[in-house]
Amino acid sequence: MFRRIIDASRPALTIFIDGAPFEAREGDSVAAALLGSGRLTTRTSALSGAPRAPYCLMGTCFECLVTIDGVGNRQACMTAVQSGMRIETRHGKRNFGA
Amino acid sequence: MSDLARREFDFAVVGGGLVGMAIAWGLAGRGRKVVVLDGGDLDFRASRGNFALVWVQSKGAGMPEYGCWTMQSSRLWPQFASLLGEQTGLDVCFSKPGGLHLLLSDREMENRTNALQRLHNQPGMEALEYEMLDHGRLEKMLPQIGPEVAGASFCPQDGHVNALRLLRALHVAFARLGGDYRSNHLVSRIEPRGGEFSLSTANGVFTAGKLVLAAGLGNSRLAAMVDLNALVRPQRGQIIVTEKVAPFMHYVVHTIRQTDEGGVMISDSVEEADYDASIGSEVLSVMAARAARMFPLLARLNVVRCWAALRVMPQDGFPIYDQSRSFAGAFIATCHSGVTLAANHALVLPALIDAGALPNDLQAFSTQRFDVPAHH
Repeated sequence: MFRRIIDASRPALTIFIDGAPFEAREGDSVAAALLGSGRLTTRTSALSGAPRAPYCLMGTCFECLVTIDGVGNRQACMTAVQSGMRIETRHGKRNFGA
Repeated sequence: MSDLARREFDFAVVGGGLVGMAIAWGLAGRGRKVVVLDGGDLDFRASRGNFALVWVQSKGAGMPEYGCWTMQSSRLWPQFASLLGEQTGLDVCFSKPGGLHLLLSDREMENRTNALQRLHNQPGMEALEYEMLDHGRLEKMLPQIGPEVAGASFCPQDGHVNALRLLRALHVAFARLGGDYRSNHLVSRIEPRGGEFSLSTANGVFTAGKLVLAAGLGNSRLAAMVDLNALVRPQRGQIIVTEKVAPFMHYVVHTIRQTDEGGVMISDSVEEADYDASIGSEVLSVMAARAARMFPLLARLNVVRCWAALRVMPQDGFPIYDQSRSFAGAFIATCHSGVTLAANHALVLPALIDAGALPNDLQAFSTQRFDVPAHH
């Protein structure tokens, strides 16, 4: 659905989305990479279970929460991708400590 | 009809927080015509900053009547919650899993044991089921406790609720009964005249046959207008809220609870801060550190919000219920624990106020306890 409009000039790097390798570009936000990977939803709501996706892309709406390198509920739009980063999309409440 | 028109009501309730709305709902349910005159959104509103416990253990030291009054409300809470649910379709998420007061040293353990013993040895104190648990027994209930936790006091009567939904449900239920709620109607003057009361607000004058002052911190100012002496002061409480996670805490801890929606609330501070509702990282970091000593795994949770609220504290910590001796029909109701006591305020107090007299067993809560005895 989303098409990259700029630049092959930025170096490619590999991240892992739900375990699968994906080629992103240096400078991409995690949210941009998730959308670029073809995903239209990146989590389900902790309360209603409704599907959610990156929306404001500027840190305000908290719709883009994902687990990044084991830390839950991080804002994908406010985090730059790094080589080898592991991103987990989320379904329902984060399971924690039980 | 314009807002400036004179209105006639059986009751004017001043204050639209948990205390005022519970009483107003109870009065409206008795068929009375009730107006609630509330302040604005930016006023100090304890009902939006409480910790939402329905808490029984430890209530009533120095006034056993308060302990009994609290237990009565705890017993009425299931009925109260289901009535609100029936009338509004809103689930206030009341549950009574039992509550734990965690203790972080042998010294805290000993102090707690003695304090609860003194509380329950008071003449007139109703028996309350509670027990002291050592680390081993506590760990069987709450496997996530840290090694520094010495033990806890446990009371099966303690519970909690979704307090924001409680406030909303009371407003919805009151409106469905035909109650008239007015926000931005701060009462500036009360004039008793001819057996009724005239209340002035920036948005008009209201008249009512009877009056209930339930304005929290505003009650000190308002009580004087009907010749009552009610001393309340603000106490700042700060709250930390984490991200929502799957349920893992199956009991309520007095300073830490997991809400029905999954967030963990931490509140472990009491400050005499006058009318300053700001938050401060110093207190918040102490709260967070204590919480992480109780439950080390909390350190891995993301904090999403912190806030502070001014809670209402009567001078001696106990609720105030009274009727003006100079102006019959002018009642006051104010307390610290507006959530715990909400069932009493909704199901017990309205009938008494409606009948026009508070019974002798509520005499302990009268403002007369603040009167200085004359010197002989």
